[in-house]
Amino acid sequence: MPQVRRMGVPQPTPETKPFWDAAKRGELWIKRCKDCGQHHYYPRVVCPNCFSRNVEWVKSSGKGSLYTYNINVRTAPGWENNPNYIIALVTLEEGPRIMSNLVNIPFDQDPVKMAQHIQVGMPVEVTFEELSEEISVPRFKPAGS
Amino acid sequence: MPWDMRDLRRQVAIIGAAESDQLGIVPDKSAVQLHVEAAWNAMEDAGVKKDEIDAVFNAGNTLGMAEYMGITPKLTDSTAVGGSSFVIHLGHAVAAIASGYVEMALVTHGESGRSRVGAGGFGGGGDQWYGWQGSAGPPASYSMACMRHMAQYGTTHDDLAEIAVATRKWAQLNPRALMRDPMSFEDYHNSRWISYPFHLLDCCLVTDGGGAYIVTSLERARNYKKKPIAVLGFGESHTHGNIAQMPDLTWTAARNSGPRAMQMAGVDHKDLDVVNLYDSFTYTVGVTLESLGFCGPGEFGQFVKGQRTAPGGDFPLNTNGGGLSYTHTGMYGMFATLEIVRQLRGECGDRQVKDAKIGLVNGTGGSLSSTGTAIMTNQV
Repeated sequence: MPQVRRMGVPQPTPETKPFWDAAKRGELWIKRCKDCGQHHYYPRVVCPNCFSRNVEWVKSSGKGSLYTYNINVRTAPGWENNPNYIIALVTLEEGPRIMSNLVNIPFDQDPVKMAQHIQVGMPVEVTFEELSEEISVPRFKPAGS
Repeated sequence: MPWDMRDLRRQVAIIGAAESDQLGIVPDKSAVQLHVEAAWNAMEDAGVKKDEIDAVFNAGNTLGMAEYMGITPKLTDSTAVGGSSFVIHLGHAVAAIASGYVEMALVTHGESGRSRVGAGGFGGGGDQWYGWQGSAGPPASYSMACMRHMAQYGTTHDDLAEIAVATRKWAQLNPRALMRDPMSFEDYHNSRWISYPFHLLDCCLVTDGGGAYIVTSLERARNYKKKPIAVLGFGESHTHGNIAQMPDLTWTAARNSGPRAMQMAGVDHKDLDVVNLYDSFTYTVGVTLESLGFCGPGEFGQFVKGQRTAPGGDFPLNTNGGGLSYTHTGMYGMFATLEIVRQLRGECGDRQVKDAKIGLVNGTGGSLSSTGTAIMTNQV
């Protein structure tokens, strides 16, 4: 069972509620600009590329590649029961980068040994973890794992 | 004085002014959305394109709001002194534009004061995008950047160790440094992991302390007791607030602020006698050397090899012992700046760089987010 962490449970705002509603259903939604065509994440009310307000929600494939990661030997408050958890930046197929966690990597006390199972650039795919009744957050795992 | 305050009269004008779509009671929009709507509407009102904006002002978080809007400014001002802030921003913008430092300033505000929607996490994406990954502060952000550099360029822990060990050697020459015990390469490699790929000795100290400096015109400066250290050039920029939105984790905004400072100063890399680069982590030094153009992308390991930046090397770097071994209160840029002043005054005793005439300081803030570069000289 994944640890439910009270700390850090996101609080949606009106313009981000569609993202969190989708996450609850196991879907990763991002924004796309209808004027310049560029996708972005985190979702905004203006396009950070061309500043158009003509932006729409689209469903991401949830697939991407590992841009970078770290292994947190020193844990954040609330994460003491998840030693050596991995924070990751993932580049989605659609282009935007998302900060999340890499899961399904065999645990080892020594982060150097864990790193042997991880390559920057490896394909990853989204999976969701329930943090509360209302909120699930996207994590990423090695593709096909 | 080249300038009289009266020279600022009639130089600068407001060309756009607008509010958010709705005002009053707006329970369906967050503070961030109201903020960005107002910015968008003001730019529409003026007919200004986003790419024309080169200066951003708001009360407390220009990093987050510029990140949200996708703006990389040449001037950033988060002066937050209460409700008066936006009038004060106007004065700062007038001085900056009249002097030619920037051309187009965007001053923004947005608050959900009544409905309190997203009012806590002010600016940018806020906590809802970053609170749930377990990011334990700066080491977790900077280590991801370092990992990317390692994967992209083959940078190694040996490269990082060169910086940690050289910086400690400088600290050993500084009586005020906190960490003065010798550090070997072995000590570095044996130190515990914090956030892999960072060892403990990749990370700066956490200390208490304060610093301050005083600035006046060169003309007035001659009336005071210390040798004036003149500012030759400066530059500033930021590319994001949170590390997740950094355009590329292998270079920083010093790519913008550095050349601007050097151009203003009329100096090149070879003219610099002493350099202080904010060393929150060993990697911060490496990525800044590359971003400022002291070496090419991916080359900092070669650049620092063989203790080149240590006392006696041909590139004196972080001569006070840096944030890594001297002191790091949380916002170390003050101390990096003070050390350049002391070097140029010739006050540094055992660690004095001989005949130092021109010095450069580069501060890095946030999550490799913001940079300020300043170049100073004692040749006045």
